[in-house]
Amino acid sequence: MRLRSPDFWSGLALAALGGYIVYTARGWEYLGQDGPGPGFFPLWYGIAMLTLSLLLVFSKKENQKIEWKGAGRAFATWGAFAVSVAVLKIVGFLISFAVLSFFIVAVMYRRPPAVAALVALGVAAGFYVVFPLALGVALP
Amino acid sequence: MEIFGGLLQGFALALQPVNLFWCFVGVFLGTIVGIMPGLGPPATIAMLLPLTFLMSPASAMIMLAGIYYGAKYGGSTTSILLNVPGESASVVTCLDGYAMARKGRAGAALGIAAIASFVAGTVGVLGLMLVAPPLARFALAFSAPEYFALMALGLAMVVLLAGRSMVKALLATLVGLWIAGIGTDLFTSTSRFTFGQMELLSGIDFVVVAIGIFAIGEVLANLEAREEPQALPVPKGLRNLLPTLQDLRDCRFAFAQGSIIGFLVGVLPGAGSTIASFISYGVEKAFSRRREQFGTGVIEGVAAPEGANNSETGGALVPLLTLGIPGSGTTAILLAALVLWGFKPGPLFIAENPNLFWGLVASMYIGNVMLLILNLPLVPVFAQVLRAPVYVLYPLILGVSIVGIYASSGSLFDLLLLVGFGLLGYLMRKLDYPSAPLILGLVLGGAMERALRQSLMMSEGSLSILVSRPISALMLSFALLILLIPLFSRLNTWRVRALEQKDS
Repeated sequence: MRLRSPDFWSGLALAALGGYIVYTARGWEYLGQDGPGPGFFPLWYGIAMLTLSLLLVFSKKENQKIEWKGAGRAFATWGAFAVSVAVLKIVGFLISFAVLSFFIVAVMYRRPPAVAALVALGVAAGFYVVFPLALGVALP
Repeated sequence: MEIFGGLLQGFALALQPVNLFWCFVGVFLGTIVGIMPGLGPPATIAMLLPLTFLMSPASAMIMLAGIYYGAKYGGSTTSILLNVPGESASVVTCLDGYAMARKGRAGAALGIAAIASFVAGTVGVLGLMLVAPPLARFALAFSAPEYFALMALGLAMVVLLAGRSMVKALLATLVGLWIAGIGTDLFTSTSRFTFGQMELLSGIDFVVVAIGIFAIGEVLANLEAREEPQALPVPKGLRNLLPTLQDLRDCRFAFAQGSIIGFLVGVLPGAGSTIASFISYGVEKAFSRRREQFGTGVIEGVAAPEGANNSETGGALVPLLTLGIPGSGTTAILLAALVLWGFKPGPLFIAENPNLFWGLVASMYIGNVMLLILNLPLVPVFAQVLRAPVYVLYPLILGVSIVGIYASSGSLFDLLLLVGFGLLGYLMRKLDYPSAPLILGLVLGGAMERALRQSLMMSEGSLSILVSRPISALMLSFALLILLIPLFSRLNTWRVRALEQKDS
């Protein structure tokens, strides 16, 4: 068993999801007087998911190598994006979006802080002009 | 006569100033999206979909379709100038297109790509116009079992051609089916997989998943690299962009076969424009008198794949509009758009909405002319897009995604889901899980479950109804055969080789 293979771990996660689907679907009606119940379809795709993901977990096939170099940048950006969405309710879209833009330009692309600030202010102002002013679309 | 009348009706709609404007916006955006590596039509259409709710459905459909086929034109520019495909359908154009550019013939390569795209794109629309109405009439005989079988076949085709591992593609489909099942069951009002969250009772909005998987996932994947590739210069002046008469003569067969192959491949769910362009390139090479020169800058090597990937668009709209079966991520989003606007794509779609169908067809003829004009004399201007800093582009995509989701639902909970699906989209790319089957599973999941349950209600619970009706039995047999392909080693080797070429 390839304990460190990405297929192993993703297969395991999907097997857990498949198991959860099967377990939950068993609690719903499978076949009633009017035909199949709400548990019918989920039970079958849950079983299929469980079977296929276990195939992936126990597969002996050699994995394609996954390049994780650079993933740190993606995860950092995702984290910043998640934080900017989480604080939307407190600081509003324009501020959180400007800070996110500043982070991407200054930290991810290592541009000078002045350039990052200019981009951040520019895109935030642009969104304000295009959406609430021109299109009448409310910002979060 | 019926087609002629429909087409006149369509042109009356498409030539309205407002629709001409949106058609232009669509093809213009499509060209830019096609040129930009890393931003594909599914991501763009998903991002813009919530904003189209402010428009009339006809204008919105004309614009979104414009992005779809416009991106095919733009994709070749990046392939030729950067040796990086602007979108997956232009992968094979890199082989001879970039070689031509390095020899100083970038202008001719860009010119022939635009002309081939125009010729084949127009043939594709012609095919759509001729094939869709009779196919829709044939599909009127379909009932719930046939629909279930058809959707199963469509998903099987997508699974076959979506990724190197069919197990992973199937798993992605099943995750899509599961997401589609979240919410309240319409037959019994049972809430399913809602984790006690009130917000999930009405299900997960398709737009949230599509934007998360395609747009956010794509941005995160592109952010892995800090470097930006350098483009070769584009010759200025129309004269330098026009291919010679000899070039046009050399490309006659490529125009014709690219148009036909592209359309036929497009009609098959799951095959897609990348496969169409590879097949067309292969056919061109096989029949060429100078096949040994392919890959060194042969002009037919640009014309054939570019033609095929544009003609494919017309073909791909056939199953979407007549059967309600999308064949790719982009057409799945278009299907969701139609459903969100209150239409029901399927055999009755053309009969019930002749204005929309024929208006779309007519707008595609007009859009192809606009694209020819945009992509011949104006290609040096568009090439400047490649110089735009990506550190401005990515925050813009994230911002439009947030505003788009919020505009459609007004829910902060949906934005949190967007964050989650963005991460899922990125991880799927990293772990080599194809995203198209997930999106298709999500789009078709509800309809598929409904069709299956209706079938079983018709047969009082007996599954035999699915195999006792000839059309349904035939389609399910095909679907089963497709899923068994990995067991036949030679066929599977062919499939994997085709997909490796697609990804290279």
